[in-house]
Amino acid sequence: MLYAAIVFLPLIGAIVAGLFGRLIGVRASQLVPCLALSVSGILAAIGLYDMAAGQAKIQVRLFSWIVSGDFDVSWSLRIDALTAVMMFTVSVVSAIIHWYSIGYMAHDPHRPRFFAYLSLFTFAMLMLVTSDNFLQLYFGWEGVGVCSYFLIGFWFDRPSANAAAIKAFVVNRVGDCGFALGIMAVFFTFNSIEFDVVFANAPAVAGKSFEFLGAEYDILTVTTLLLFIGAMGKSAQVPLHTWLPDAMEGPTPVSALIHAATMVTAGVFLVARCSPLFEYAPTTLAVVTVIGAFTAIFAASIGLVQNDIKRVIAYSTCSQLGYMFFAAGVGAYQVAIFHLMTHAFFKALLFLGSGSVIHGFSDEQDMRKMGGAWRLMPVTYAVMWIGSLALAGIPFFAGYYSKDLIIESAFAAGTDVGYLAFYLGIGAAALTAFYSWRLLFMTFHGQSRADAEVLSHVHESPKIMTIPLILLAIGALFAGIVGYDALVGEGRVLFWRDAILVLPGHDVIEAAHHVPWWVKVLPILVAIGGIALAWQYYIRRPEKPGQLVKVHPDLYQFLLNKWYVDELYEVLFVRPAKFIGRVFWIVGDGRIIDGFGPNGVAQAVIALARRASILQSGYVYHYAFAMLIGVAALVTWFFARTGGGLP
Amino acid sequence: MSGWPLLSLVTFLPLVGVVFILLIKGDKEAADRNARYTALWATLFTFVISIGLWASFDSSTAEFQFVERLPWIADGVAYHLGIDGISLLFVILTTFLMPICVVASWEAIDTRVREYMIALLVMETMMIGVFCALDFVLFYLFFEGGLIPMFLIIGVWGGAQRIYSTFKFFLYTLVGSVLLLVAVIYLYVETGTTDVPALMKAGLPSEVQRWLWLAFLASFAVKVPMWPVHTWLPDAHVEAPTAGSVILAGVLLKMGGYGFLRFSIPMLPDASVYFAPLIFSLSVVAIIYTSLVALMQEDMKKLIAYASVAHMGFVTLGTFTFTQQGIEGGLFQMLSHGLISGALFLSVGVVYDRLHTREISRYGGLVHRMPMYAFVFMVFTLANAGLPGTSGFVGEFLSLVGVFQISSWVALLATTGIILGAAYSLWLYRRVVFGPLTKSDLKTMLDLSPREIAIFAPLVATIVFFGVYPDALLGAMHASVENLILQHQAALAQVRTAALLTY
Repeated sequence: MLYAAIVFLPLIGAIVAGLFGRLIGVRASQLVPCLALSVSGILAAIGLYDMAAGQAKIQVRLFSWIVSGDFDVSWSLRIDALTAVMMFTVSVVSAIIHWYSIGYMAHDPHRPRFFAYLSLFTFAMLMLVTSDNFLQLYFGWEGVGVCSYFLIGFWFDRPSANAAAIKAFVVNRVGDCGFALGIMAVFFTFNSIEFDVVFANAPAVAGKSFEFLGAEYDILTVTTLLLFIGAMGKSAQVPLHTWLPDAMEGPTPVSALIHAATMVTAGVFLVARCSPLFEYAPTTLAVVTVIGAFTAIFAASIGLVQNDIKRVIAYSTCSQLGYMFFAAGVGAYQVAIFHLMTHAFFKALLFLGSGSVIHGFSDEQDMRKMGGAWRLMPVTYAVMWIGSLALAGIPFFAGYYSKDLIIESAFAAGTDVGYLAFYLGIGAAALTAFYSWRLLFMTFHGQSRADAEVLSHVHESPKIMTIPLILLAIGALFAGIVGYDALVGEGRVLFWRDAILVLPGHDVIEAAHHVPWWVKVLPILVAIGGIALAWQYYIRRPEKPGQLVKVHPDLYQFLLNKWYVDELYEVLFVRPAKFIGRVFWIVGDGRIIDGFGPNGVAQAVIALARRASILQSGYVYHYAFAMLIGVAALVTWFFARTGGGLP
Repeated sequence: MSGWPLLSLVTFLPLVGVVFILLIKGDKEAADRNARYTALWATLFTFVISIGLWASFDSSTAEFQFVERLPWIADGVAYHLGIDGISLLFVILTTFLMPICVVASWEAIDTRVREYMIALLVMETMMIGVFCALDFVLFYLFFEGGLIPMFLIIGVWGGAQRIYSTFKFFLYTLVGSVLLLVAVIYLYVETGTTDVPALMKAGLPSEVQRWLWLAFLASFAVKVPMWPVHTWLPDAHVEAPTAGSVILAGVLLKMGGYGFLRFSIPMLPDASVYFAPLIFSLSVVAIIYTSLVALMQEDMKKLIAYASVAHMGFVTLGTFTFTQQGIEGGLFQMLSHGLISGALFLSVGVVYDRLHTREISRYGGLVHRMPMYAFVFMVFTLANAGLPGTSGFVGEFLSLVGVFQISSWVALLATTGIILGAAYSLWLYRRVVFGPLTKSDLKTMLDLSPREIAIFAPLVATIVFFGVYPDALLGAMHASVENLILQHQAALAQVRTAALLTY
């Protein structure tokens, strides 16, 4: 009951605000979702505590969904340690962001709609994490996708917001295509898509192969790769990352909740949930590691030069998701989930903090037009520091516990891809620290570059926004230290139990606790180096970045234009699709099918009729002559057939 | 209840409405109003009785139920009606959509209202008859008879290019029908009966099956429509009045898929297996090709029409997998598509009634003036894109699950349809509903009227309900589909052994 309430309270909130918003007024339609979410968040915290205290796995079947032969799927809830952590993260962060939104969206005329979407999103996300089978997970998966679409396009007057919303949904659908095929492959192999059945039978299937796309492949490798394609789409991993930066068109609380803290982590959750499959597919795990590690450094490199405050954080998110994936890829699923949780707090904090900055600077998002604001908005300034310190992995902040352990796990894995991930991870850590402090310095320090009009209005945000910031800052400070022992430390075996499967002899986390000292120190050193460099460039010698751009203009343009991936896709996919569509329509349907089909036949009939009409001359002797020939022909034919003799 | 000829009642009740409309006298205005109300009551009554059918339907058996049999033309050609789990839901779909069509035409049709309502009601009888008929000649009669009112609805009450469209529509369907008729005559000559259950057991030699199968295909493929005989559909939809489009997309297209399930697969099992790769190829082409074409359309109705072709591609794919998931997926997809595409055409009708254009670029920013419309249209758009939780997802996914068991290539190619489906659906919605409201003639548009709300409410409710609880429909099909597959396998084995013996 407790768990059902956590899941369905947000749905009730969404329905009340969405369908009855006009009836109950704006104020009530804000309060109902906020209260529903708060209750849900508190219950989720209780649930997590229960789970940590030894509560056994709970499975509740609600009612049947799709039943067709052996394909038998129900709506159901599954609560184990993994779900409990996710539920806690989702509903607590969501509740905080709901409250913050009351302040942030105060001037928007469509608030009931906003809150309805936000709550509906939370419901879908909770359905995703509590799913007991692949299809309900897919339901939540698509559900959060569609809510993300609604919220990115929330300001529907802006063409850019609409374009970004469609892009997000369609790019996600590319991943979902893989996910859907993965589910089909699971059903094909296991004749069920219930987690329990599938996971129990995975060892028996391991190493066997089936025919896929005309060739023999290892079943679990193919299946997990297909699932991972879905995860790549949702979690914005290269090459399906392009939608995430554009998603920043949505209101900032949306960026914080959906495009940083929760939805984008669904891919990581999927991999962790399916650890009983991934563990038997070493090839897939290697792919996951490489993609994750590459995304970590790729996104961080773009983050270095972006000028839009939200885009910097968006690329940072992309990069951090890369960390989570390579953690999962080397087998440290628990660490990935741990980082997912700490990241949810400090990244939501950074986003909401930047929202507070944007709010203060009269909706300005370009950091080149900010600066010098720290005295004017002290709370925001303080929490942004906390968030950045946590992100950079400075000791005793939340990120330090999870992110450093990821890097150590990669090293401890002892594989080639593990070492690759380790070095890329170290590199990305340096970049992360650099762009985070670049953001801090450009926004809060130095001479303000905003015009006097804007500057005179810069103010600290109201309490309804700063209190949520402080709550998240508490999370960014303590989430690591509190969760460490249970999730990834000594208590981890007792905590996770069978929620995550790690094969014997593959316990990377244990090895990660015993890596050489330099591996433990290196991430901290590079982070401090990154901060120092940012200080050098943006405080001490602010003219330096400009000079550097002049020296390496191509590199700068390359990074500024996000490695030209969008342009590449435009040329590779979007334009050809439109071109082919037009060709099929005009040439295929128009000229060929209709041309030779109905229109051609019609024209042929008309032409024939015209010729026939020439015959109708109107002269009797023409007709008589024709008749005569006809009779003669008939008689001839008749005699020829009967062989000359009369019948 | 068993004593009543319920099926005949459901089938011919609309004709009673026709009689009443014919009796209407009075000045034009009163006569029109009475005609509308008579049609509404007739269709509502029919719906209520058909719900009674569903309620007393025994879904645990695959036998034909509510069977009626009367001697008719000759020995072996009888008036034979009956429904099973495959046809029941199509009857319900038809009777459900018809009152909506009547209400949707309430104000949009103001010339020759009596004639129009008569055409609608005759149409309903024909459509219900198609799904109830258990005799091939009777089926053919209804199947072809339905063309005439449709032809009139488009040709008399249609748009500017209506004559071209009606002839194209007629030409296509006629070519198919002629071949089907030849096949029916052949079957009668060979077996001495046109009784459907009897023909299912006929066990024709495989060579004959193939020719007959192709003749069936000619007729059913045009109806579905399958690529490349789909080009009549966009034209017909564009010119048809809203209710015409709803009937066309909602019910008429389903006759093709129903034909495959009722005739091709059980009667010609060997040929069905033999030609399945052909169906797969055509379906995959249909899904990708028409989705891409849909992406480029500038006319709202054309876009939805092309999307329909793509969605029906999933139906034919699923059906010819001969797996339970595939066939049930195909069936479900047909029912769901009947609701969703009907709803989409009605949504277009709403704005067409106000602005009298279907050109996408003439719209934009409707959400500012019409929030309720924006909401319902969004539900239908997402359902069209196959969002889980709407009925559009269930059929699509189940048929893909069926397909994957047969061929991963086909599954892969067909699954790309879900990407394109999202793209064209959302792109349409974005251009019509979102964006700033700049065009002056849009600024006076009114949101949904109570009459329009009455049209959309049941559609939104059913699309969401059957997305969350599809079992309500799937449960009724299981027995019949299982039986179909069993019969199919048995028949296949029989033909195969016969073929072996001759060698």
